[in-house]
Amino acid sequence: MIRIEPRHAPSRWMTFGIPVGSALAALLLAAVPLSFAGAGIIEAYQEMYKGVFGSVFAFTEMLTRATPLIFTGLAAAIAFRARLWNIGAEGQLYLGAMAAVALGTGQIDAPAYILLPMVLLAGALAGSLGMLGPAWLKLRFGADEVVTTLLLNFIILIFVQMMLEGPLKDPMGLGWPQSMPIVDNAVLPAIVPRMRLHWGLGLAVAVAVVAQLMFSRSVWGFRVQAVGENPAAARHAGINVRRVMLGVAMVSGALAGLAGASEVTGLKGYLTADLSPGFGYTGIVVAMLAGLSPIGVVVAALFIASVFVGADAMSRALAVSSYLADLVVAMSLICVLIGGFIARNRVIFTAGARNKS
Amino acid sequence: MNNEIVLSLRNLSKRFGSVVAVDDVDLDLHRGEVLALLGENGAGKTTLMNMLFGHYLPDAGSVQLRGADGGMHDLPLGHPQLALEAGIGMVHQHFTLAENLTALDNILLGAEPLFRLRRNRTAARERVQKIISDTGLVAPLDEAVGRLSVGERQRVEILKALYRNARILVLDEPTAVLTPQEADALFENIGAMTRNGLSVIFISHKLREVLAFSDRIAVLRRGRKVGEMPTSSADGQSIAEMMVGAQAPATALEPMEPGQVLLELRDVSVKGGSPRESLHSASLMLRAHEIVGIAGVSGNGQTGLANLVSGLAPPSAGQFLVGGRPIERFAPRHIMDAGIGRIPEDRHKDGVVGSMTVAENLIIERLDAPEFRKNGFLRRANIRAHAEKLSAAYDIRGPGVDAKAQLLSGGNLQKLILARVFEAGPKVILANQPTRGLDMGAAAEVARRLLEARSRGAGVILISEDLDEIMALSDRIMVINNGSLREVHTTDRNQIGLMMAGEAA
Repeated sequence: MIRIEPRHAPSRWMTFGIPVGSALAALLLAAVPLSFAGAGIIEAYQEMYKGVFGSVFAFTEMLTRATPLIFTGLAAAIAFRARLWNIGAEGQLYLGAMAAVALGTGQIDAPAYILLPMVLLAGALAGSLGMLGPAWLKLRFGADEVVTTLLLNFIILIFVQMMLEGPLKDPMGLGWPQSMPIVDNAVLPAIVPRMRLHWGLGLAVAVAVVAQLMFSRSVWGFRVQAVGENPAAARHAGINVRRVMLGVAMVSGALAGLAGASEVTGLKGYLTADLSPGFGYTGIVVAMLAGLSPIGVVVAALFIASVFVGADAMSRALAVSSYLADLVVAMSLICVLIGGFIARNRVIFTAGARNKS
Repeated sequence: MNNEIVLSLRNLSKRFGSVVAVDDVDLDLHRGEVLALLGENGAGKTTLMNMLFGHYLPDAGSVQLRGADGGMHDLPLGHPQLALEAGIGMVHQHFTLAENLTALDNILLGAEPLFRLRRNRTAARERVQKIISDTGLVAPLDEAVGRLSVGERQRVEILKALYRNARILVLDEPTAVLTPQEADALFENIGAMTRNGLSVIFISHKLREVLAFSDRIAVLRRGRKVGEMPTSSADGQSIAEMMVGAQAPATALEPMEPGQVLLELRDVSVKGGSPRESLHSASLMLRAHEIVGIAGVSGNGQTGLANLVSGLAPPSAGQFLVGGRPIERFAPRHIMDAGIGRIPEDRHKDGVVGSMTVAENLIIERLDAPEFRKNGFLRRANIRAHAEKLSAAYDIRGPGVDAKAQLLSGGNLQKLILARVFEAGPKVILANQPTRGLDMGAAAEVARRLLEARSRGAGVILISEDLDEIMALSDRIMVINNGSLREVHTTDRNQIGLMMAGEAA
C-alpha cells in the first residue's frame, strides 16, 4: 500500500535539489528516445554539450535564446505567485513586438537614448494592455483567466498576421508578410561584437534582480504573496485583493511584452508571424522549474535554452530530429511537478494490504 | 450495568508525528449502555473513535467485538467497511449527506448494490419506518436533505447507521449544532435505542449533558484515559478537574457602568449568498465597557453579522454607525481604520496566511504603518522586533517568529490573532467563535483578554455557539435566529434555548 502524508515544510535542500534533479532526470530520460532514434547516446550528449559550450559563438547563441525565456519566465512566475494563471504570455509577447515595430520603424525621429527606451516601454505597455481584458473579466465576472488568456493568444496571433498583411506590411518586403525593419536608433546593441547576443539579456537579468528584490523586500511583494497564498485572509486583513491582482496582471503582461520588444529590437530587426517558437508557453516551464523565484528563472531559462540550442546542434551532427529538445523541456516540467509533489508530501510504502482475519 | 460486554478496546495507541494523540487506552462498552467519552478538544476522543471505525490505523492495540455466536472476535483495524459490517455506526460532527437527495435516498445510499435496475424501495421504506417507530427518530423521508433542519439531518444520519444494522453507535459531539431542546429530544431517542439493545458512545465536552444522559463516563486527557465511573456516582466538579488536570479558573464578570455608544446597527440588512450569510433588519447597540454576547445555533446569520462588522459584506439596507458616524466605504481597511478589531471565526482561512511567517502575519493588518515600511520596502528589523515583543507579551509558542504560521497549534494561532488585534488598541472588538477548538487554557486566555479590553473601555461583540461561554462573559445577550437579532431579558437557559430555536419571543 502507498500512503501519502503532507510534509510540514519542504527542506532547504529540497528547494534547490528538486529542480536540479528534475532537470537532470529529464536530460537522462532523453536517452530513451535517443536510443530509439538509433543515435549513440554518449555521442549525442557530447554533441549537445559542444553545441552549447563548444565555442564562444555557441555559448552566445544559447544566451540569446535564453533572453526571451527569462522575460516570459518572469511574466509567468510573477503571475503564478499571485495564483493568477496567465497562459497568455505568447500573445502578449506579440503585442509587445507589434508596438515596437509600430514606433521603431521610422515613425519617430529621435536619438537612440530616447527612442530605444520609448520603443521598449511601448512594448511593455502593449503587453500590459493585453492582460487588461482577461484581468477585468476575472475580477468583474470571475471568468477563468486560463481560458481567456490562452484563447487570446490565437486571436492576437491572427491579428498580427492581419497587420503584417496590411498596415504594418513592409512595402519594400517583396510581398513577404513582414514589417519594416527597426531603425538603427531603436536597435538594442550587441554585447559581443559580431555575435547575435544583445543587451536584451542585460535588461532581462536586471528585471529579474529587481523582481527578486520586490518579492523579498517590498510591501508590494508582501501583498502579492499574501493574496497568492490565502486571498481570504489577505482580504480580511485589509489588503485590496482586486488591486493587487490587477497590478500583478499588468506587470506580468508588461514583462511578456518586453520579451517581444527585445526580440524584435535586439535580434530579428523586424516582425514576422513566426517571431516566437512558443517562448510564451516555454516561459511557463521556466517559471515552474524555477519554483517561481525570479533569480531561479534566470538559471532555468539558461538550462532550457541550453537544451534547445544543444539539441539543435546534436540533430545537425547526428541527423536526429531536434524535436528531442521539446521532449526534454516537456519531461523536465513533468519531473519538476512530480518533484514538487514529493517535496510537499511524504510518500510512505507500507507492507501488507488487507489482513483479513 | 450488568449486561455483557459488546465491545472492548485494548491498549490502543496512535501518534501523529511527534504528537501522541491516543496513549494506551482501554475501554469497554456494555450492551444497552450509553457511554460518554468526555474530554477537552485535542484530548484524543475523536482519534480514538476513528480508530474504532477504521479511519485511522492504530500504532498499537486491538479491538474486540462480540460476534453473532456470542464470542469475542478481533476486528481487523483500518477498514471502515469491515467496521460497518461488524455493526459499528458512526455519526460525524460534520454530516456526510448528499443535500440534493431525499432523506430516504441518503439512508439507502451505499447500503444497496450500486448497479441494480429495480430497487425494492417499498420494502426499504418499510424497514426505515419500522426503525423510526421503534426509536422516535422522526424525519421527513421524501424531503431533500438540503431542506431539512440540522436536527433532522442528524436523525437521518443516525437512521442511516441503524439501517445498516448498527449495534454500536458512535456520536461525535452530536449536540454541538443543536438547540438545547433538540439536544434533549436526541437523548430521548438514544434512550429508546438503548432499550432495544443498542449501545451508544457519545463524544462530548459538555459536562451538563453528560451528567444528565449517560450511564457511564470515561474521561480522556492528552490521549490518556484519566478516569472512568458510573454516572450515578460522578460529580461535575471532580470530572471537570479530571478533564483539565487542574482547577478550572472561573471567570467572574465584575459589573461595569457602560459608557458611550461605540457602535450601532440600525435596521441593517445584509444580502448574503446563503441564509447563514444574511441579516434581516438587525439592530444592535454596543457601548464602552460592555460585552454583548450573540447566542444562536450555527448557521443562523452569525456569518452575515460577522462579515458586516468585519467589512467583508456591505449592508444592503440600514445604517452602520461607529462613534456616531456612519461608515461610508465598506472594506476591511476602513473598518479597521474606524477602530474595529476583528477575530475571525475561521482562524486558518481568514485569520492568517499559513505559508507566511509569524512575524509577517503579525503586521499584515498594518502594512501602511511607517514603523514597518519605508519607501515601499519592508523594515525587516522593526517587523522582527515587533514580533519578538508580541510573542513574549502574548505567549505565542512555536518554532519562532520566522517560522511559518501554519506550524503553530490552534491555540497559539489564536494568540497570534489576539496579539494583532489587541495591539492596535481597538475601540470595538468583534470576536467570532473565539474559543472554538481551543483547549481550556487557551480559551481562558481569550476570555481574559476580552475582559481586559472591556475594562479599558472597549466594547466587544462576542459571537458564540456555546451558551455557557456567552452567559459567563456577556453583559447583555442577544439571540440570532434566521438572520434576526433579538435582545434577551432573561438568564433562563430554557427561555434562551427556545429563542435560539425561533419559537418564543
